[in-house]
Amino acid sequence: MLHRLQNSRNFLGLAFMLPAGVLLLLFLTYPLGLGVWLGFTDTKIGRGGEWIGLQNYEFLWGDSVTRLALFNTLFYTTVASVIKFGLGLWLAILLNERLPFQTFFRSVILLPYIVPTALSAIAFWWIYDSQFSIISWALVKMGLIDQYIDFLGDPYNARLATIVANIWRGVPFVAITLLAGLQTISPSLYEAGAIDGASGWQRFRYITLPLLTPIIAVVMTFSVLFTFTDFQLIYVLTRGGPLNATHLMATLSFQRAISGGALGEGAAIAVAMVPFLLAAILFSYFGLQRRAWQQGSDQ
Amino acid sequence: MKASDNDTQGMAYLASLPRRVVTLYIPLLIFVFVLLFPFYWMAVTSFKPDNELLSRSGNPFWVIAPTLAHFKKLLFNTSYPEWMWNTVFVSVVATFVSLLASVLAAYAIERLRFRGSRQVGLSIFLAYLVPPSILFIPLASIVFQLGLFDTKWALILTYPTFLIPFSTWLLMGYFRSIPFELEECALIDGASRLQILWKIVLPLSVPGLISAGIFAFTLSWNEFIYALTFVSSSEVKTVPVGVVTELVEGDVYHWGALMAGALLGSLPVAVIYSFFVEYYVSGLTGAVKE
Repeated sequence: MLHRLQNSRNFLGLAFMLPAGVLLLLFLTYPLGLGVWLGFTDTKIGRGGEWIGLQNYEFLWGDSVTRLALFNTLFYTTVASVIKFGLGLWLAILLNERLPFQTFFRSVILLPYIVPTALSAIAFWWIYDSQFSIISWALVKMGLIDQYIDFLGDPYNARLATIVANIWRGVPFVAITLLAGLQTISPSLYEAGAIDGASGWQRFRYITLPLLTPIIAVVMTFSVLFTFTDFQLIYVLTRGGPLNATHLMATLSFQRAISGGALGEGAAIAVAMVPFLLAAILFSYFGLQRRAWQQGSDQ
Repeated sequence: MKASDNDTQGMAYLASLPRRVVTLYIPLLIFVFVLLFPFYWMAVTSFKPDNELLSRSGNPFWVIAPTLAHFKKLLFNTSYPEWMWNTVFVSVVATFVSLLASVLAAYAIERLRFRGSRQVGLSIFLAYLVPPSILFIPLASIVFQLGLFDTKWALILTYPTFLIPFSTWLLMGYFRSIPFELEECALIDGASRLQILWKIVLPLSVPGLISAGIFAFTLSWNEFIYALTFVSSSEVKTVPVGVVTELVEGDVYHWGALMAGALLGSLPVAVIYSFFVEYYVSGLTGAVKE
C-alpha cells in the first residue's frame, strides 16, 4: 500500500507541492481574498469592521487625494516605463557590441538593481537635498543656474525627481534582459541584411525589433507592474508630499491603513490597483504577443 | 546610410574608430557614470567630516580629511549591528525555506507531471505577479492574529510568498534541461523519487540552485514594505527599514551616518552578487525568457 502510494504520481505530486502550497495559500491566496473583503468593511486598527458594501469605493471616488494619487500613479508609470524602455534598449544595444571589458560593464550596470531600493533612495535623497544637492552645486558652478533647486519641495520637481530615481533603478533590469534577447539573434541575419543593402535602421526595424518582441513583452509587463505598485522609493524620498504631489496608490494605501488606522479604506485603495494591473498584464502580454505572431506569419 | 555605416555585431570591425567613440564609447561611459554615481556619492559622503559635508566651498567630489566618525557612530551609538544581524538571519532562513519548498514544487510540476500540474505551474507564475503593496494590509492582520507581529518570524514566513514563485519558475527551467533518461534508469534500478531528486537532479542543477539562492537572498535583503509594516521595535528591524525610520530624527539629518548605513547595508548583496554575477545574469535572463 505504502509502496503503491510512493509510486503514484498524483500522490507524490501532492506531497511535493505541500510546503510551497501551504505557504502560498496561507500567506498569498488567503490575504488576497481577505484584502478584497476588507475593502468592503470599515475595519480600523484594533477594531473589527462591519460590511459596508461599496461605501469605501464611493468615498474614495469623491476623494480628491485619491484621484490625485491615481493620476500620479498613471503618470509615474507611463513616463518612467517609456523612458526605462528607451534607455534600456539603447544600453542593451551598446552592450551587445564587441567591447573591451565586456563582462565588467555588464556586471557593474546591474548594481542599481541589486542594491536595496530603500538604501539607494536615501542616496538620492541626499543628492536632491535642497541646500547641499550636488546637482545644484554643479549647475551653479557651471553658471547654468543661480539658485539651488528645491528638488523635493516643489510639486513638479518632486514628481520629476522621483521618476528619475525610479528610472535609474529600473534601466539595468530592462537593459540586461533585452541584452539576453539580443544575443539570441543570429549575426548571420544581420550579415544577410547588410548584403541585401539594408541600412542600420532598417536592420534594427526589420530584424532586431520583430525578433525581440516576445522578450520586450515580458520585460515591459514586469516593468509596468513593479512601477505601478512602487512604494519604497516614494516612501523614502517624499512620503507622498509635497501637497500629495507624489502620492502613489501604494503609498496612499499605506498612509490611510497603517499610519491612519483605517484598514478597510487602505485595503480598498490597494484593491483598486488590481484592475489596472490586470489591464497592464493583458495589454502588454497579449498585445505584443499578437503582433509578434502577425509579423511572423507575414513571411 | 551606406553599407559602411554598420554598427551591429559581426561587422563592427568595419566601423571607423571615431564613429565608434561617438556612437558607442561616449554613451556607454555616460550610462556607467550615471548608474554608478549615487554609490560613489554615498561612499564619499560617509567618509566626510561634518564641516566638509555642510560647506558649499571647495570641491565636494573629494574628501580632504577622511573620517570614520560616521561609521563609529553607526556601529556603537545606534542599533545598526542588530539590524544587520536581523537582515542576515531573516534573509538566510527565508531563502533556505523558499529553496526547499521550490525544489520540491519545481520537481513535482516539471517531472512528476501529476494531474493538474500544468495549472499549478501557471498559478505559481501568476503568484509572482501579485505585488506586495496589495498584500501588506491583509497580511498585517493575519500576522497579528497569528501572534507573529513584531517578530522575525513574521518576515521569515511572509517572504517566501514572493521568493517561492520566482525560485520555482527558475528551477523548473533547470530541471527541464536534465535528460529524462537519467531518471528512467534510476527508476528501473529501484530508486525512489526523493533519491532521484537528491542524487541525480540536484547535483546537475547546482547553477540553478545558486542563482535561485542569490535571487532569493537579494530579494529578502531588499524587502521593505513587509518589514516596515509587520515590525515596530528597533531590535527586530531590518537594515533598509532601520536606516529609513530610525536614523532620521527631527530636522537635523545626520547625512554622514545615513550614507554610511546605506553603504554598509548595500555591501553584502553587492559582494555576493559580484562573486556570482554570471549565475545571477543567466538566471535573470533565463527566467524572463521562459
